[in-house]
Amino acid sequence: MNVHQKFYWMMAGVVTLLITASLIGAILKSKARSDSKRAVVQNLNSRIRAWWVMIAIFALVFLMGRDATVVLFAFVSFLALREFITLTPTKRGDHVPLFLSFFVLIPVQYLLIGYGWYGLFAIFIPVYAFLLLPAFAALAEDPDHFLERTAKIQWAVMVTVFCVSHAPALLLLDIPGYQGQDALLILYLLLVAQISDVLQYVSGKLFGRTKIAPNVSPSKTREGLIGGGIGAILVGGAMWWITPFSPLQAMGMSFIIVLMGFLGGLALSAVKRSLGAKDWGSMIEGHGGMLDRIDSISFAAPIFFHLTRFFFA
Amino acid sequence: MKMLVGAYPRWEGCLPSDAQRIYFANHTSHIDTLAIWSALPSALRAATRPVAAKDYWNKGALRRHLAIGVLNAVLIERSREDRQSDPLQPLSETLEQGRSLIIFPEGTRGSESLPGAFKSGLFHLMQRFPAVELIPVYLENLHRAMPKGVLLPIPLICTIHFGAPLLRVSDESKEAFLERARGSIVALA
Repeated sequence: MNVHQKFYWMMAGVVTLLITASLIGAILKSKARSDSKRAVVQNLNSRIRAWWVMIAIFALVFLMGRDATVVLFAFVSFLALREFITLTPTKRGDHVPLFLSFFVLIPVQYLLIGYGWYGLFAIFIPVYAFLLLPAFAALAEDPDHFLERTAKIQWAVMVTVFCVSHAPALLLLDIPGYQGQDALLILYLLLVAQISDVLQYVSGKLFGRTKIAPNVSPSKTREGLIGGGIGAILVGGAMWWITPFSPLQAMGMSFIIVLMGFLGGLALSAVKRSLGAKDWGSMIEGHGGMLDRIDSISFAAPIFFHLTRFFFA
Repeated sequence: MKMLVGAYPRWEGCLPSDAQRIYFANHTSHIDTLAIWSALPSALRAATRPVAAKDYWNKGALRRHLAIGVLNAVLIERSREDRQSDPLQPLSETLEQGRSLIIFPEGTRGSESLPGAFKSGLFHLMQRFPAVELIPVYLENLHRAMPKGVLLPIPLICTIHFGAPLLRVSDESKEAFLERARGSIVALA
C-alpha cells in the first residue's frame, strides 16, 4: 500500500468511528431524562460535532501536502499561544517579547521545518529565544516581577510553539524503508493521543471512582487512565501498519504517547488553574479552547519525535 | 481584526438592535474603535459612527483615511484652545440624522483596565437626546493588546461586553450621572 491508500483506510476507520459516536450520541440524547444527564450528553454531542470538523480540516490539509501541514501547525501554535497569553497576566514591559513570540518565533520555527534545517529547529527556541526574550524584556526597564513574567512567557512559548512544532517535525525524519510516508506518523501521533483522551474521558465517566489529582484536574481518575490508556495502546498497536514500527513497538510507542499525553493534560491543567481558569478558551465547541485539545499532543510530540528519531531514523 | 485581537462580542445586557444608540466605552488603545465596530453585526455598522479626536486622527493621510474613509468617524475638537464653537455640535448633528454613536467619555486613553473619570459630553448628549439608548461597553484586554505608546498590537483574545441600557433618572446631577455611567462599565468588568 502507498501513503495515500494507507491514509484512505485510516480515514475510513475514523469516519466509521465518528458515525458510531454520532449515533450513540443521538441515542443518549433521546434517553437522557434528568437535567444533569442532558447537560453531559449535550457536551458529548458538541464534542463529537467538533471532532467531525477537526478531522475534516486535518484530512484536507494532509491531502494538500507537506507545506500545508506545516502551516496548519503554525496556525495551531498561534491560536494556542494567544489563549495562553490571554489568560496570563503580563505587563506593558512584556510587549516586545510577546510581539516577537507571535510574529517572529512562530514563523521562524515552522520555516525551519519547512526548509528541513533540523539543527537550528532543535535549538532555536531553547537557546536563542530563551536568551533573547528576557533581554528584550529587560530593555523595557521594569524589574517588577521580572522572573515570574519571564518564566510565564518562556513556558507559554515552550508548550505552544516548541513542543507542538515537533508534530510536523516528524516530516524531517529519514527512516529507512519509510521514505515519503512521514506524514502518516503525524496522523499516528494525533490519533493515538486523541483516542487516548477520548477513551480516558469515556472510561472515566463510566467507571471513574478514584481521583488522581482532584485539586488540579478533577476529571482525571485512575480507572479512566487505566481503561482509556489500555484501549489507546491496543488501538495504537493495531495501527502499526501505517508506521515503521512492528506491532509490539507500536504498542510501546503508544504507551509513551498515552503517558506523556496524560502528564501534559495534568501539568497544563495545573497551569490553567493557577491562572484561575477552567478552560483555556472557547473556540472549539464542547472542548474549550485550542490548548484544551492539544495539551496531550504538546507533551507527547517531542518525546515521540526523539524516540522515533533515535531508534528508527 | 478577529484573527489579530479576536474582538468577540458578548451581548450581556442587550441585543444587537437598529434602535438609535450611544455606545460608550472605556478607552484603552488605538484599536478600541475598530474593535467595537467589528464586534457589531455588519448591518449595524453603516448606521453607527465612532467619535474620534480631531487632533490625532486628522493628522497624516493614513490616519485620516482610516478614520474618515473606513470607519466613517465623526471628528471632534478635544482641547479647549482649538474650539471655535460647541464641541458637541458634530455629534448632535449625527444623532439628529438618526445615526448611532460610539464614544469614549474619558476623552483619552487610560493605562488601566477600568475607566477613569468621565468628561461631561455624555451627560449633555443624554439631555439633548432623551430617546437614544445609552449602552455601556466594556473592552476587555485591549489595554494589554495595544498599550499606550506601542506601534503594533499583540494578538490577545479581546472581548467586547455590551451591557444593559443605562436607565434615566430625572433631576440627576451631572456628577452623579457620570459616575453612574462609569459604574455601569465597571460592573461589566
